[in-house]
Amino acid sequence: MRQPLLALLAKEPAHGYELKLALEQTFGEAYPSPNIGQIYVTLKRLEQDGLVRSQDVEQTTRPNKRVYELTAVGRQALRAWVEEPSDGPRIRDEFFIKLILAPMAGLADRMELMNSQRRHYLGIMRNLAELHAETDPADTTARLLIEGAILHLQADLDWLERCQEELV
Amino acid sequence: MSRRVLSRGDHPPEPPAPEDSHLPGPAVPGAEQPTLLRTRKLVKEYRADGVTVEAVRGVDIDLAVGEFVAIMGPSGSGKSTLLHVLGGLEPATSGEIWLRGQRVDGLSTAGWAILRRRHVGFVFQFFNLLSNMTVADNVELPALLAGATPRQARRRREELLAELGIADKAGTAPARLSGGEQQRVALARALANEPSLLLADEPTGNLDSSNTRDVLRLLRRAHAGGRAILMVTHDARVASLADRVINLFDGMVADDARIVPIPRVNGVQNVVELRG
Repeated sequence: MRQPLLALLAKEPAHGYELKLALEQTFGEAYPSPNIGQIYVTLKRLEQDGLVRSQDVEQTTRPNKRVYELTAVGRQALRAWVEEPSDGPRIRDEFFIKLILAPMAGLADRMELMNSQRRHYLGIMRNLAELHAETDPADTTARLLIEGAILHLQADLDWLERCQEELV
Repeated sequence: MSRRVLSRGDHPPEPPAPEDSHLPGPAVPGAEQPTLLRTRKLVKEYRADGVTVEAVRGVDIDLAVGEFVAIMGPSGSGKSTLLHVLGGLEPATSGEIWLRGQRVDGLSTAGWAILRRRHVGFVFQFFNLLSNMTVADNVELPALLAGATPRQARRRREELLAELGIADKAGTAPARLSGGEQQRVALARALANEPSLLLADEPTGNLDSSNTRDVLRLLRRAHAGGRAILMVTHDARVASLADRVINLFDGMVADDARIVPIPRVNGVQNVVELRG
């Protein structure tokens, strides 16, 4: 959560709720809606680390709001994050561990495990396909995020098929 | 009538579904539809050089009227062979095939040809269009073979090509079309005689994602028009649109289940987690 907030603040100062809205609007429905409490906690930590600073802005009809802005140190940290290569996605290996270990312990049949996992993946895939169909074609960011999810899930299913070929 | 051609990233509004008053609607989960296709202990063996290979080993499938079923499974699991046997393109070695309440596994090649013309449409991965005929002739031929007058065949062809967004390609040779356009022509040909069953073998296997989406939309429309679809596919996104998915493994049905969507709780974080 730290870097996305820094990146948004690099554009312009904002308060916590504006940052939540900006994340939701940028990434669309596929993005897990950020928890507002988590955003405030993260902002507080960023401030303690000297990456952002804040000031209260008085409001007449509502409680004061705290507006955050990026510091020079924050901008440097953000630049370092942008420049370093990102890790690939971690492999979702929980199922694989089940698949290997559970039959050894006599707890499950491999074919049944794979069948139920495949059904689960296909159910998620249907959601993604529906979400994709509902997404405004002009909303490139949201569309690409969903397509990324679809491609990852297809890879999970292909891997499952390989497991079926080798393990049954 | 729209004469626009679908191209990448171009999504015109969907034309109205064709009039299919004589066909029942799509299968509703939970509602019992009569069986359209049924197999029992279906076996297909190939013999070569004294060696027998069992490609399909005792398959029982029930497909209801208007149902959309995807067949998945590793390469070599017998998916395409099964589809070919169900469409009478290859004879079964043993077992039963019932279509519309009629036992059809013993039909002659000519008997199958007549059955296919009336009741079964086929779509293949590599389109299989007749290259020395125009798009229009490719689509009109099945209707003419089934006994339609040239006038009826032409009218049906015009409707279908317009519906699939390729009306302006009627006089073109298939080889001059893109893959997505060729698959649309193949789909028009398959639907020419309003079959109750559409058999599709990797229909999007050779298409990019934009054309895949278009062909899927057309398949869904055919499904909504009351046609049953049995489709072999590797593409999980394509399969996820089906009512049911059958997993074929080693020539046998390993799994046969309805797709149950997972409730969307909070985005799709269980697939992609944005970090940072």
